[in-house]
Amino acid sequence: MFQVHFISFDGMRRSIETQIGENLMRAATDNAVPGIDGDCGGHCACATCHVFVSAPWAECLPIMQKNENDILEFTNERRESSRLACQITMTAELDGIELHMPEGQH
Amino acid sequence: MKLSHAEIQAAARAEAFAMPIDQIDPATPDYFENDTVGHYFERLRRDDPVHYCHSPLFGPYWSVTRFQDIMQVDTNHGIFSSDWSQGGITISEPPPSEAPLQMFIAMDPPLHDVQRKAVQPIVAPANLANLQTLIRERTCKVLDGLPRGENFNWVQHVSIELTTLMLATLFDFPLEDRHLLTQWSDVATANKDVDPKAPTREERMAELHKMAAYFTRLWNERVNASPGPDLISMMAHNPETRNMTAQEFMGNLVLLIVGGNDTTRNSMTGGLLALHSNPAEWDKLRNNPSLVDNMVSEIIRWQTPLAHMRRTALQDTALGGKNIQKGDKVVMWYLSGNRDEEAILNANKFIIDRPRARQHLSFGFGIHRCVGNRLAEMQLRILWEEIHKRFPVIEVMAEPVRVRSTFVRGFTELMVRIPK
Repeated sequence: MFQVHFISFDGMRRSIETQIGENLMRAATDNAVPGIDGDCGGHCACATCHVFVSAPWAECLPIMQKNENDILEFTNERRESSRLACQITMTAELDGIELHMPEGQH
Repeated sequence: MKLSHAEIQAAARAEAFAMPIDQIDPATPDYFENDTVGHYFERLRRDDPVHYCHSPLFGPYWSVTRFQDIMQVDTNHGIFSSDWSQGGITISEPPPSEAPLQMFIAMDPPLHDVQRKAVQPIVAPANLANLQTLIRERTCKVLDGLPRGENFNWVQHVSIELTTLMLATLFDFPLEDRHLLTQWSDVATANKDVDPKAPTREERMAELHKMAAYFTRLWNERVNASPGPDLISMMAHNPETRNMTAQEFMGNLVLLIVGGNDTTRNSMTGGLLALHSNPAEWDKLRNNPSLVDNMVSEIIRWQTPLAHMRRTALQDTALGGKNIQKGDKVVMWYLSGNRDEEAILNANKFIIDRPRARQHLSFGFGIHRCVGNRLAEMQLRILWEEIHKRFPVIEVMAEPVRVRSTFVRGFTELMVRIPK
């Protein structure tokens, strides 16, 4: 099992176990992680699984596609480190990844 | 003799499953006024999920009725345009003689993006938190003022009152004139071709010009004042919206008024009706009020206050095995996708503790997804929390009166009684 840490806007840490190949939005909603809504079910169509990913993890993520970039443009707190959890699939090198969450999902 | 609700439904169901498929035109106003359209959608989802027909009111168009196909259209804005110059976002379009309203929901990128971003801060998390106390105070006041032991119209006394107060706050609009917002919202979506009781096109435009004149006065006051946290001030001070054309100004006003008003209003009524029709679900809520959050999403799915959004194909494309031609009108029936059993388990049941209740189509998906979704959810959550504290029972006294529209799925009347 591989660990994923979700850190809420006010600093609360929630750690879950995942498997290789698991979608991180789905992992969060299946474990009822507060702050990850996943309204569209993983179609990259709503930006309610918005997370911030910093080094060293950011370099291990898949390249952002245009549709992810487009939809992130409409979030309230777009940053350099913004990603959608539904576009991240668990790999061995992401073990221990920290995903920071914005104040609200929109 | 007048047919009962059950008889009307049974007759519609029989017709929907018997008629030749090519004759099915879901954009038939009677189906919406009688709430029978669901039977026709069910047939289409089963037999012809991407369906072409020629409507006497709206001309030729495609009906997209399954959840996944709707998602495909909604997330491909490069192929399926929302732009007013292509036909906009509703199945009906103004006659060539009338200038179309130019609102950001009816624009493609890049203009859509910059105009939407000008108003988006109104529903940023910090602003929502600020609004919460005010919404609760008003909700309590409205509920405490309701008559007891006598029949009254829930639409008028609760749904319209609460959503119009909210909208007035978002615009920082004079509260004493707030009935004008309701009036303009109703006029904006009215369509004489669909509803003979609706105002004529000339009357409608005259009313919208009154709206623009009223808001121009507010705009002129605010453009010269320091920026405030209301929608008018936000647009007046943002470089991307400061110099909107008259058609854009009027268009965006209509968008914000209808979007912030007609939708939540009808979910407030539809939720009460759904709980009344499903007493076991109301019992669940009474026994476990923490279900409110989940129930709010289920109410919004169940009601689907905007039945459709329309797109226009910018190129030939395939969808659900059909060939869509460049220029075709494509209607995404959110109301149908929200009842698609292949995407949503027990989709034709109202279940307040449904798993994954948030995965519904009512807010749309992609770049045009509802800006005010979190605010709407908060308004509905507070309403039901406060109803729960006060009223164990609200009796529905008669069948509702529904809006005659293929776009707004709503009510003009729901007579109820709160026991003494």
